Amino acid sequence: MEIENDREKTDWLKYFYTFVITALIFATAIYISDYFSNKKITQLKTMGDKISLDILSSETQFSLLTESSCENIDDNTLSREVGQLGEKLSYTEEKIGADDLDFQNLKTYYSLLEIKDYLLMKKISEKCMDNTVFILYFYSNKGSCTDCQNEGYVLTKLHELYPQIRIYSFDYDFNIPTIETLKSMYSIENKLPALFINGKVQYGLKTIDDIKKIIPQTKIWDKEALASSTESNI
Amino acid sequence: MISSLIMYVFLFCSLYFEVFLLITYLEKRKTMGTEYLEMEEKNWPTTTIIVPCFNESTTVITTVNSILDLNYPKDKFKIMVIDDGSTDDTRKTLEIFKENPQIQIHHKENGGKYTALNFGIENSDSDLIGCLDADSFADKDALKNMIPYFENKNIMAVVPAIKVFRPKNLLQKIQNIEYGWGVLVRKILSYLNALHVTPGPFTIFRRKIFENIGKYKHAHQTEDLEMALRMQKHNYKIANSHRSFVFTVTPDTLKTLYKQRLRWTFGFLKNIIDYKHLLLNKKYGNLGILILPFTVISIFSALYFVTNFVILNTNIIIRQIMKIKMVGISLDEIHFDWFYLNTSLIFIISIFILLITLTLILISRKLSEGNLKIKPELFYFMFFYPIIAPLWLINAVFNTIFSKTITWR
Repeated sequence: MEIENDREKTDWLKYFYTFVITALIFATAIYISDYFSNKKITQLKTMGDKISLDILSSETQFSLLTESSCENIDDNTLSREVGQLGEKLSYTEEKIGADDLDFQNLKTYYSLLEIKDYLLMKKISEKCMDNTVFILYFYSNKGSCTDCQNEGYVLTKLHELYPQIRIYSFDYDFNIPTIETLKSMYSIENKLPALFINGKVQYGLKTIDDIKKIIPQTKIWDKEALASSTESNI
Repeated sequence: MISSLIMYVFLFCSLYFEVFLLITYLEKRKTMGTEYLEMEEKNWPTTTIIVPCFNESTTVITTVNSILDLNYPKDKFKIMVIDDGSTDDTRKTLEIFKENPQIQIHHKENGGKYTALNFGIENSDSDLIGCLDADSFADKDALKNMIPYFENKNIMAVVPAIKVFRPKNLLQKIQNIEYGWGVLVRKILSYLNALHVTPGPFTIFRRKIFENIGKYKHAHQTEDLEMALRMQKHNYKIANSHRSFVFTVTPDTLKTLYKQRLRWTFGFLKNIIDYKHLLLNKKYGNLGILILPFTVISIFSALYFVTNFVILNTNIIIRQIMKIKMVGISLDEIHFDWFYLNTSLIFIISIFILLITLTLILISRKLSEGNLKIKPELFYFMFFYPIIAPLWLINAVFNTIFSKTITWR
């Protein structure tokens, strides 16, 4: 025996307004996420603009070099900012994806700034006869380059240990003419990670010790650091 | 891209379900305290409480004593203890009740819980029949508070509010929060006429339900779930008395919890397959259209979320290990920059879901404990449980697909 069906009718209206409320919460989440993404992109743009201005300032200082001393050129802040922008860009690339148009523009901008900074610092280094070492690092974000991530850690650590080393990283697969020119100028093959140090290309993962062997100046810097720490202890 | 899309669909479903529960609660909360409060004592029906037990010598006495303590006229209820072929001291232990006229003790060959229940049903003649597992204890007013619901002739069963009996270790305290959540969800589902479990501990049935739709079945070791689905299939109404508290002993180790939940989830999936015609069938109202489909989806979405979570965190851990291997540990890198805060859509929606979950948990605490105290186990429940639950979910889905059976203990 079945009793009379007293089941309340399906409340379609309630389903509908639950849907509307859920959609509103979803839309709010989209808005918040979008708001912060835009804030981050704006911050990256601002950083890029500031670096651009700093490079212009350095260029101007360089033009005035004949009339001023090498000591007046302070490149440490600039180097740090370029590094920070690079870190934030790779984080953004991981989060929002490399295909985002805003991101691609920023990455192009960053790559150009790096090259500009590299050329200028090389000129300053030659003019001022300092012993700055330049490393051009070519990596790939594609799955095939498993060592690229590790090389990134090594280079970050290396820069911490030796601020005299200026490191410029370039995405090998990022198709912009300036990177293509760099690749052909230094004959960089698609065997990544690749490091261009002191006029030679090094392929494959290189540890800190490997790189120290390639850069003889590191021995001098180590001695200087040891001497200064002994001095300060005395 | 497809992975993100699947994630958004699952998140939307989770959010929709929580919003629906919250709206239903807000709609009904004003009437919650005023429903079915009193029934004249002379009209109280006769009741039999069946206690099926198998090797429960350590808890059965407390269980029976909790029933004897019920605020209910002694001449109107009796207890039927069914020893389902215990191999421990249960038979000997039960002898202390031999002289009590309210208690009948039966011994039978082991056949599983459902056979013990059916034996009790066949041998009782009262208006109402209930069951209390030998690891559960009823509050004094539990039965009294349920009786007024039966004034409504269409209500065929009333389920109680189940709480954890004296939670001692952290795992039991976490389950206490979960059971509190269950108190609220059960109440809301009763308003939606969508209760799909008549829990073993102290669900009270009208006797005629067994005459009309039959007694308990094996039902993949979840006979209480199958009975509720069968009742729903025949459009019988199940109510919830949120003031009828029953306390149950919960697993105190991860292993026993795992086994229990594996049985529940496996039983749910198998019974859902048996009752698949209820799914998305508007004839069954909220149960068919929303509750059952969303419960099924929630199993698969939980698996999907956790798989993603594990993959993501494994990658992070591998990266960190590689980093330490390459350059050692560097502490000077730790600095705060809001730029690195996760502001992805998935993360923000997850926060909204967590906030609504927290709101519902607090409401459930108010309902089950009468206070809004926030205890640490609440956070363990929200963050630790979703990580361990997939252990049994994965196995239950696997066993369901490959038709493997599981053991009770």
